[in-house]
Amino acid sequence: MNALRRIHAMVLRYTYLVRGSWPRILELFYWPAVQLVLWGFITKFFVTNSTWLMQASGVLLAAVMLWDVMFRGHLGVSLAFFEEMYSRNLGYLFASPLRPWELVSALLLISLIRTLAGVGGAALLAIPLFDYSIFGLGLPLLGFFTNLLVMGWAIGLLVSGLVLRYGLGAESFAWVSIFAIAPLSGIYYPVSVLPDWLQAVAWALPSSHVFEGMRAVMFDQVFRTDHMIQAVMLNSLLLMLGAGIFLKAFDSARRRGLLLRIGE
Amino acid sequence: MNDPVIEVVDVSKRFDEVLAVNRVSFSVECGSVCALLGGNGAGKTTLLSMLLGLLLPTSGRVYLLGTDMLQQRYRVLERINFSSPYVDLPQRLSVRENLTVYARLYGVRKVRQRLDALAGHLDIGSFMGRPYGALSAGQRTRVALAKSLLNRPEVLLLDEPTASLDPDTADTIRRFLKDYQQESGATLLMASHNMLEVERMCDDVIVLRRGEIVDRGSPAALLQRYGRETLEEVFIDVARAPEKGPS
Repeated sequence: MNALRRIHAMVLRYTYLVRGSWPRILELFYWPAVQLVLWGFITKFFVTNSTWLMQASGVLLAAVMLWDVMFRGHLGVSLAFFEEMYSRNLGYLFASPLRPWELVSALLLISLIRTLAGVGGAALLAIPLFDYSIFGLGLPLLGFFTNLLVMGWAIGLLVSGLVLRYGLGAESFAWVSIFAIAPLSGIYYPVSVLPDWLQAVAWALPSSHVFEGMRAVMFDQVFRTDHMIQAVMLNSLLLMLGAGIFLKAFDSARRRGLLLRIGE
Repeated sequence: MNDPVIEVVDVSKRFDEVLAVNRVSFSVECGSVCALLGGNGAGKTTLLSMLLGLLLPTSGRVYLLGTDMLQQRYRVLERINFSSPYVDLPQRLSVRENLTVYARLYGVRKVRQRLDALAGHLDIGSFMGRPYGALSAGQRTRVALAKSLLNRPEVLLLDEPTASLDPDTADTIRRFLKDYQQESGATLLMASHNMLEVERMCDDVIVLRRGEIVDRGSPAALLQRYGRETLEEVFIDVARAPEKGPS
């Protein structure tokens, strides 16, 4: 019960942050909506010029929304953690009874809320604007969403750990990591498009299995359990790695005295 | 003699080439007000950080309320608290929001009443709704003190508690802390540069120099030992002495 109370306190802290700033509230919905509109018009154009897209016209829209799940999931964790570092608050937080895993749980929870709000808003907007509902994917959508969210969390924790270890100068890892993964994940094209040697790297990413699985549902109306199982297994490893690096960085920060010194 | 509430046993801390704290041992009795006195780089903040478990010592043991802070710190963190000018609260949250979050982290019951009581004692009521980042340095110090008292700590660790406060406010805060200590029986350990503060508030002074304890005693005993009239003169003697101990 005490742990839940502390997690709730941290969720409250991030809620206060968003609630007190209308640009932050707007931002939650703005970027997913802009992405959706852009890819919606691209789809409108290509659906009459591409035989591939004609078979499943919503594939680009589904891809952009699912990619945003990972993107928002990652930023929901890492930017919330950077916020503690910008405000030089880590010393007080970790002198309180808050355990590192409780902070991590709060970061994941707030990331889920932000992702649901942002991507959920875009998904609803797609229905009247482009006559496409991602909810038509059915139950597999839950699997795709969960896997991409967990992958975003794992990368967010990994990046937060690196920034805790190396300082805020390393915060660009947050952007570098996500944009490095994007072309390998086969978001808008099949993994087979990649050169052979790069395909091996792509298949080591849970996201590649999710997007390949998504295309199987949309083009062939088949749910590929093999892709889903591989995504879950890879995500389990990635999440353990992310959490491990974060906790290791926390220990290192305690040895090096960074919890009191770190900040802007 | 009261039981020790704080026990530091042969603690050292090395940062690469720098030995910040060198084999320091001391204990602080329950209900006393003790000062860590020393110049810049004496190791005061490093010691406070190790007491809280925010910093791991290179060697030695630290016990608070009988608990090993290296192994079981979470057992006692709800019963202690601290404030420091080197740490901040989230800038964009209001003072009330910040204190509410910390009250919940510390498991404070009747949060609103506790916040209102502290707002009255520390005169922060007029800016409870303002963002922490918009406050003056003195206002921030008072808010940090309010944070440190939220859970009615049995052990209160204070790093320069009246830094940035004008003399009038600093005096009010000192009285409040002293009253709090007397009413609650809490143990206070403070790092301070302010000699007047140490003389007025503390029963016991640990004098540090370059990471080592060079002297210890009540303010009156130190004055007598060094043949000085003020602790400031004692401080200067210690800072400039080539060897440890009275000159």
